[in-house]
Amino acid sequence: MKQRISSYLLLFLFVSMPLALQAKVEQRQFSTPQMEADYKVLINELRCLVCQNQNLADSNAELAQDMRSKVFKMLDEGKQKDEIVDYMVARYGDFVMYRPPVKTSTMLLWYGPIIFFVIAALVVMTYIRRQKSTPVADVDQQRQQKAHSLLDDE
Amino acid sequence: MARYALLAGFFVLMAVFYVVLDRMNDGEYNPRDIPSEFLGKQAPEINVPDLLDASHTVTTASMKGKTWLFNVWGTWCPECWREHAFLIELHKAGVPIVGLNWRDEREEALAMLKRLGNPFSQIGFDPDSSVAMDWGVYGAPETFLVNAEGIIVSKHTGGITPAIWQQKFASYFQPAGAQ
Repeated sequence: MKQRISSYLLLFLFVSMPLALQAKVEQRQFSTPQMEADYKVLINELRCLVCQNQNLADSNAELAQDMRSKVFKMLDEGKQKDEIVDYMVARYGDFVMYRPPVKTSTMLLWYGPIIFFVIAALVVMTYIRRQKSTPVADVDQQRQQKAHSLLDDE
Repeated sequence: MARYALLAGFFVLMAVFYVVLDRMNDGEYNPRDIPSEFLGKQAPEINVPDLLDASHTVTTASMKGKTWLFNVWGTWCPECWREHAFLIELHKAGVPIVGLNWRDEREEALAMLKRLGNPFSQIGFDPDSSVAMDWGVYGAPETFLVNAEGIIVSKHTGGITPAIWQQKFASYFQPAGAQ
């Protein structure tokens, strides 16, 4: 009985956990559906500068909260998406964008994976080729014959 | 042969890791550092009430003609406590420091200044990051050096130590006679 109660309790905890996490996200009143859509796009595209591998939508850092408020406020003032991105970039640099523009400074970021892929493919190819060209090790003649005779017996 | 090359590669990698880690520990390299967009540019406006006297507005314009530091801090930031004593030393040496109390409780901020002393000539109170965002601040402490023309000439993310002061800031103060 006791075990059952505790398992129910655990179940309740698991079920309520997402609710508790959700409660932290601010409730906002959007005047138009377009504004809400723009807001969602922006908070997904902009990076949290505190937890640098999260975007504004995912992060609970104080600065991220304030940046979300700023995005909302600017949209409320009728600012365009580009203007808001420009505002953030002017202050935090390209780094604030989850998809930074292709520039000389971001070349490696954009094309690095392709370079790594090519290198990996070359390594695998040479490895396979080398394996093929290595002659099969010389097996002792006597032992080979022995093996044959054993197999023939079967 | 290939095996030795692999081993050599491993040692090279180890050496690189060691050097980077060592530089991180010395505070010379911070992988989270974001290059400031403001170096060489006009310092943004501050324009928020003073922590100590809400009727007074802290502005960038009020510092015109001086070489000064803009230091972002909060009582929630342990590195700011560590840095505080050195800021007081700078203040005593005549370096003008404008503070920005960022995302903090007024009472707690006042209590910390009472306990550790106040190195700031003015302190902007910024509970909602409005000024912090305008200056591109993403962590505390952060310190900017603004010259007499109002241009940001140097910046440091993280606590200021005497070594970092010498490296990044001191040279701008020498002509003025300050330390």
